[in-house]
Amino acid sequence: MPSVTITVNGKKQTANVENRTLLVQFLRENLGLTGTHVGCDTSQCGACVVMIDGYSAKSCTMLAVQVDGADVTTIEGLAKDGQLHPMQEAFREHHGLQCGFCTPGMVMSAVDFAQKHKNPSEQDIRHWLEGNLCRCTGYHNIVKAIKAGTEAMARGGK
Amino acid sequence: MTAPIGAPVRRTEDRRFLTGRGTYTDDINRPGQLHAVFVRSPHAHAELRGIDTAAAKRAPGVVAVYTAADLAATGIGTLPCGWGVKSKDGTPMAEPPHPVLAQGQVRHIGDPVAVVIADTRDHAAEAAESVAVDYRVLPSAVSVEAAVKSGAPRVYDEVAGNLCYDWAIGDKAATDAAFVKASHVTKIDLVNNRLVPNAMEPRAYIGEFERATGEYTLYTTCQNPHAIRLLMGAFVLHVPEHKLRVVAPDVGGGFGSKIYHYAEEATVTWAAGQLGRPVKWVAERSESFLSDAQGRDHVTHAELALDKDGKFLGLRVSTLANLGGYLSTFAAAVPTYLYATLLAGTYTTPAIYAEVKGVFTNTVPVDAYRGAGRPEASYVLERLVDQAARELKIDRTELRRRNFIPPEGYPYQTPVALAYDSGDYFTTLDMALKTIDYAGFEQRRAAAQRQGKLRGLGVATYIEACGVAPSAVAGALGARAGLYEVAAVRVNPTGSVTVLTGCHSHGQGHETTFAQVVADRLGMPVENIEVVHGDTGKTPFGMGTYGSRSLPVGGSALVKALDKVVNKGRKIAAHLLEAAEADIEFKDGKYTVSGTDRAKAFGEIAFAAYVPHNYPLEELEPGLDETAYYDPKNFTFPSGTHVCEVEIDADTGDVRIVNFAAADDFGRIINPMIVEGQVHGGLAQGIGQALLEECRYDQSGQLLTGSFMDYCMPRADNLPSFEVATHGTLCTHNPLGVKGCGEAGAIGAPGAVINAVIDALAPLGVSHIDMPATPEKVWRAIASRRGQKAA
Repeated sequence: MPSVTITVNGKKQTANVENRTLLVQFLRENLGLTGTHVGCDTSQCGACVVMIDGYSAKSCTMLAVQVDGADVTTIEGLAKDGQLHPMQEAFREHHGLQCGFCTPGMVMSAVDFAQKHKNPSEQDIRHWLEGNLCRCTGYHNIVKAIKAGTEAMARGGK
Repeated sequence: MTAPIGAPVRRTEDRRFLTGRGTYTDDINRPGQLHAVFVRSPHAHAELRGIDTAAAKRAPGVVAVYTAADLAATGIGTLPCGWGVKSKDGTPMAEPPHPVLAQGQVRHIGDPVAVVIADTRDHAAEAAESVAVDYRVLPSAVSVEAAVKSGAPRVYDEVAGNLCYDWAIGDKAATDAAFVKASHVTKIDLVNNRLVPNAMEPRAYIGEFERATGEYTLYTTCQNPHAIRLLMGAFVLHVPEHKLRVVAPDVGGGFGSKIYHYAEEATVTWAAGQLGRPVKWVAERSESFLSDAQGRDHVTHAELALDKDGKFLGLRVSTLANLGGYLSTFAAAVPTYLYATLLAGTYTTPAIYAEVKGVFTNTVPVDAYRGAGRPEASYVLERLVDQAARELKIDRTELRRRNFIPPEGYPYQTPVALAYDSGDYFTTLDMALKTIDYAGFEQRRAAAQRQGKLRGLGVATYIEACGVAPSAVAGALGARAGLYEVAAVRVNPTGSVTVLTGCHSHGQGHETTFAQVVADRLGMPVENIEVVHGDTGKTPFGMGTYGSRSLPVGGSALVKALDKVVNKGRKIAAHLLEAAEADIEFKDGKYTVSGTDRAKAFGEIAFAAYVPHNYPLEELEPGLDETAYYDPKNFTFPSGTHVCEVEIDADTGDVRIVNFAAADDFGRIINPMIVEGQVHGGLAQGIGQALLEECRYDQSGQLLTGSFMDYCMPRADNLPSFEVATHGTLCTHNPLGVKGCGEAGAIGAPGAVINAVIDALAPLGVSHIDMPATPEKVWRAIASRRGQKAA
């Protein structure tokens, strides 16, 4: 089994994994980081989105060996010193989550969106979310939350 | 502190969900845990001639392979149905057994025939490939219309015509007489498309057996852990309830699909006992498509009789309801008592007669999905009303107003069994029309036409019966369970409060809303209140969450328990303040002797109850911990109007929703932020049904929409932002005056959307389209009319 070293939420993690081990399995099963969820088997739902070297990606669609040497941030790594990240805070403030299952992927995807869009329209946000499914919220409050979170991140220089 | 009731309090549960610390079933792993993978039928209907498990048993990591024969050898029962319906001739419904693993025959694609249990999931999955099943494929009955034809293949040899029941409600003679008098009759034939609930968290279970005590534990993605304990323990595994604990931790959405007792739950729990090790199963999404109960699937003919002024005189409805290959837990009730009883809608139609045939087919079982029967009823009625308005050239809102139950008309007894307690349909209609600017619509239509676009506006009103349910009424109608709810309020010695509820939150935010009810009554901050749910080892016996019942029924139980706490506290305060009990007032978290400044804070009373040094021990037990059960006196009747405006690209058939307004009556609102969120989510599912979603099988019963690649879930850019508002008339029979809000969006939206699509296409002569109104279907409707006109 190949050995991989992946920096996850700032901490270097080395492990032997099977070639077929998906990044999401590595996170959930090897590291116990169960905040990253699996909601489908066709790369549609986006519950598994994490940041890899600063870009959002579906961790169900990457092998752990593909991210050897990379820097991965999961939902567990977003809040700092007990303070929610501005995007997490925006989701809370705008009721952008209900059952919470799609939420980690939504938030990680939204952070990437915010880094790339300074003054987004509602349509920009809705289009960006084509890879993230939510069955609870009808997206209305997620869109509001991402708009507010994007503005908050811009203000905070994140 | 602002008043907790009515405030948009931010949710207590959000912090754990936002930081990845929610604990869903798949996040739990138990020491020594094994993994189960099910072998499922690739055929919709086949005789099981043999199952060879020898190779699988020899495969790496495999611990056991079980089939129906192994379950039978230990005396395992079948999966029970929780509601019995009688046909119109009085005979009980056909109720063939639903085996945990298929016995003799498979009856739908995905029917489980064996389970492989191994040390890892990969090993179990690999071994499952080598289970050899000898199937003799049989002809399938797939659509309801085909299944009721004479000579159709039988799903069960013993069930003639595939008919589970042939049920009716209402006065046939009076309804027929109304049609004789009518000056106009509007007729419609329509399909209510089959849907897949698709909660984002797939089902997952872990069974565990404790050898020392003989106790089983099931961790499950369910909406009602006590009901699962009762059904699985008493009917399937024969494990007494004191030896069975069911835990539903964080659950990622349900929408009905996680109410039912599923084969996989019983299998992993039983296998854990056989093997003495925990057994875990997690559905893959494609497996969810094959094994989660699906929703809707009706074929209906309906007729509305009107007099010359447009007053409704009578309604006749005939529906074929697809139940799938087995009777799921509440399947029988959904197209009968949750559907036809709602056919009066918001109107004074004096005579209604509805017939429903429940039909077995070789498809995945159908059960309650968000709205459950009520969306189907609202859709039939609102399509009929719009069509009648078009035929009679009466404005569709005016026709509705002429027939609404008047505000002074409550209580209102419908001809189909329900007694509405309150409502105000005129106001919610006016609100929704104002929001959408109904008066300006024709101008917008003309403007769109100049751009080559077809614009349409659709109105739908709805009523639902929620807060299920008065137990005696439900029992008389065939329910095999009580439908009360329970709450325990445990005041802790230092004054914080733990609430134990039999309801279950899987997205609804009970941990916040229920805490607001407590905060309001006891005058304490929401932060001092913990709401515990989802564990039969902790909470008293309650019935769980579905049918928008948590606040109307569970919240009422909570209010009753709080009353007991406050009243006991009053006795303690009277003792401590040396005053008569009658002179003690409780307000803002303080017991005060009336007209004086002598007072004790609630926390001091709690402390005295647990440290009873100065306490009326002769008359009063120590402690401050009260439990109450609440059985509702009636259903609650949320209602409202949804209005949708669409724009259609005639060249592509693409339907875009340009505006959507909902005005709903949910009674008193505890947390408006949560209520709006519930409406948004319901609307998305209703719009999904109307425009995008359809679960489709081919003629042999193969599922054509078996993944998110083929089943079109609503995405963010399919939907608009919504304009939602509420106008509450209080429920008259529960202490909070609440009605429930979880299903409204899914009930009102389909009718509003399709009425809008038809309104847009009506100038071309189109008067009907079935859901989902996909671009292809809309384009074909346009093209066929244009072709006719050209010809």
